[in-house]
Amino acid sequence: MDAKKYVIRQISIFSENRPGRLAAIAHALGEEKINILAFSIAEANGFGVVRALVDHPEKAHDKLQSLGFNIAFTEVIAVKMKDQPGGLYEVAKILGDAGINIEYSYAYSGKDGAVLILRVDQIEDAIIRILDSGATLLERSVFH
Amino acid sequence: MVCWDPRIEEMPSEDLQRMQYKLLKTLVYRLYSFSPFYHDRMKEQNVHPDDIRQLSDVKKLPFMFKRDLRDNYPDKIFAAPKEELVRYHVSSGTTGKPTVVGYTQNDLNTWTTSLARALTSSGLGRGDVIQVSYGYGLFTGGLGLHYGAERIGATVLPTSVGNTERQIELMQDLGATAIACTPSYLLHIGEVAEKMGVNIKKDTELRTGILGAEPWTEGMRVRIENWLGIKAYDIYGTSELSGPMFTECTEQKGFHIWSDIALVEIIDPKTEEPLEAGEKGELTITILQKEALPMIRYRIGDITCMQTDTCACGRTHPRIQRIQGRVDDMLIIRGINVFPSQIEYGLMAIPEVGQHFQIVVDRKGALDDLLVRVELTRDSFSDKINDIMQVRKNVEHRLRSSLNVNVNVELVEPGSLPRFEGKSKKVIDKRSL
Repeated sequence: MDAKKYVIRQISIFSENRPGRLAAIAHALGEEKINILAFSIAEANGFGVVRALVDHPEKAHDKLQSLGFNIAFTEVIAVKMKDQPGGLYEVAKILGDAGINIEYSYAYSGKDGAVLILRVDQIEDAIIRILDSGATLLERSVFH
Repeated sequence: MVCWDPRIEEMPSEDLQRMQYKLLKTLVYRLYSFSPFYHDRMKEQNVHPDDIRQLSDVKKLPFMFKRDLRDNYPDKIFAAPKEELVRYHVSSGTTGKPTVVGYTQNDLNTWTTSLARALTSSGLGRGDVIQVSYGYGLFTGGLGLHYGAERIGATVLPTSVGNTERQIELMQDLGATAIACTPSYLLHIGEVAEKMGVNIKKDTELRTGILGAEPWTEGMRVRIENWLGIKAYDIYGTSELSGPMFTECTEQKGFHIWSDIALVEIIDPKTEEPLEAGEKGELTITILQKEALPMIRYRIGDITCMQTDTCACGRTHPRIQRIQGRVDDMLIIRGINVFPSQIEYGLMAIPEVGQHFQIVVDRKGALDDLLVRVELTRDSFSDKINDIMQVRKNVEHRLRSSLNVNVNVELVEPGSLPRFEGKSKKVIDKRSL
């Protein structure tokens, strides 16, 4: 099995915690006609990390870097959930039973159902175990 | 090793001291007789030129401070007739009211000679193209380096400060081999070059930096040298002494202070007694050859130490070590003395943070609060909050243990701290606002 097709490139951006920083990032992506598919902000004391799945991660990376942003690629996976009560439980139980530890996670719900985006430490191992457990992973090609 | 004036530069120490004694004696007689300011000062101190019987008797003479220049603004201390003056410079006044310095033709010659020897000792000479990116004008840096560089037969590219992209284009097109500017401005030039897609290491002929006019550290030197592929030499001087006058030789072990031009003492700032070679104290300089604005035992407020052994380069003139801090720049945080250079020293040892930093001092309740803002470098950002928190903890820990005072650190985005073209202003002290 080719586990790599399930590995998705997330962009992570270091940002100071002050007004206007998110607007600056979003404006830059808008200018390049880059669409944001999923997105979260993690906050720590005085700074934050903006994480996003976009349709053109390389283009986003180059644009933001040229503007001086501190930006990195991170590999994540996306698990399909049922968009109904108990949907998250179903997936979370599979992950728990498979012994997969989540570093962080965020979710979105779209017209094709709900999706849980996960950052895990052993990504290929996690992909195999999630698929073995019967859950559905979205392929990279869904995003970019 | 190449010397500009080997006879003087390699003269045995005893001969140099004999020369210094003669020059000092002449200077003191002249000022006692012709300068009302120095005459009164010597009277107050109860010292007569006849009391100067050996070189060490210099310690009988009164000190002079920056405030003397301010109190006698603009030219009351001048000891040359007005028509003998050929130039004025005016200090930037970063630490108070500006001070005015006047020069006779001989003063300019002495200054230029000092720099000609210095630049030669830093490995420069005919065939070099020296980009002078110090400000030209009232500030002494631009014109001082300009004439010094011309004297040694180098080609001067007088770019002054500003218009950085054009500076980089000219550096490339005219093959500048050396640049003279503040270390802050060179960092700025390096960053702008990177943005333009110019790799200073590979795409330019630059191999020497003559950097000064603000305190900087050994750690910063290592960063600049590795990053830009140049040798970075410190340069020392202040407008009151004429301007930038002394640089490090290629050994990079302190500035040679030309003994026939300046007599250096390192004193204990509290007892005002001279210290031994190698002991850290306050630099006190007597300029032995100066006509318009003589300086006897001038206390600039710089803390350093002096080495008197012959340098590996063969020069016999004493060296003073890189300035560890100017008394005026010293911050007192909860009763503890902190020099911005100590903070720079700590930061430069941590690869995860950049070269730029800002110090913000404030008062929280009754206590002083020290905040250091520093940029997180690109390579060290990895998406993990914990990693970033760890970098901050490391920086805080390192600064706290070297300064003995609590420090808060804020990591900021690369490129977000102010860049400077001339002297940098790294400290914001909100307590005094």
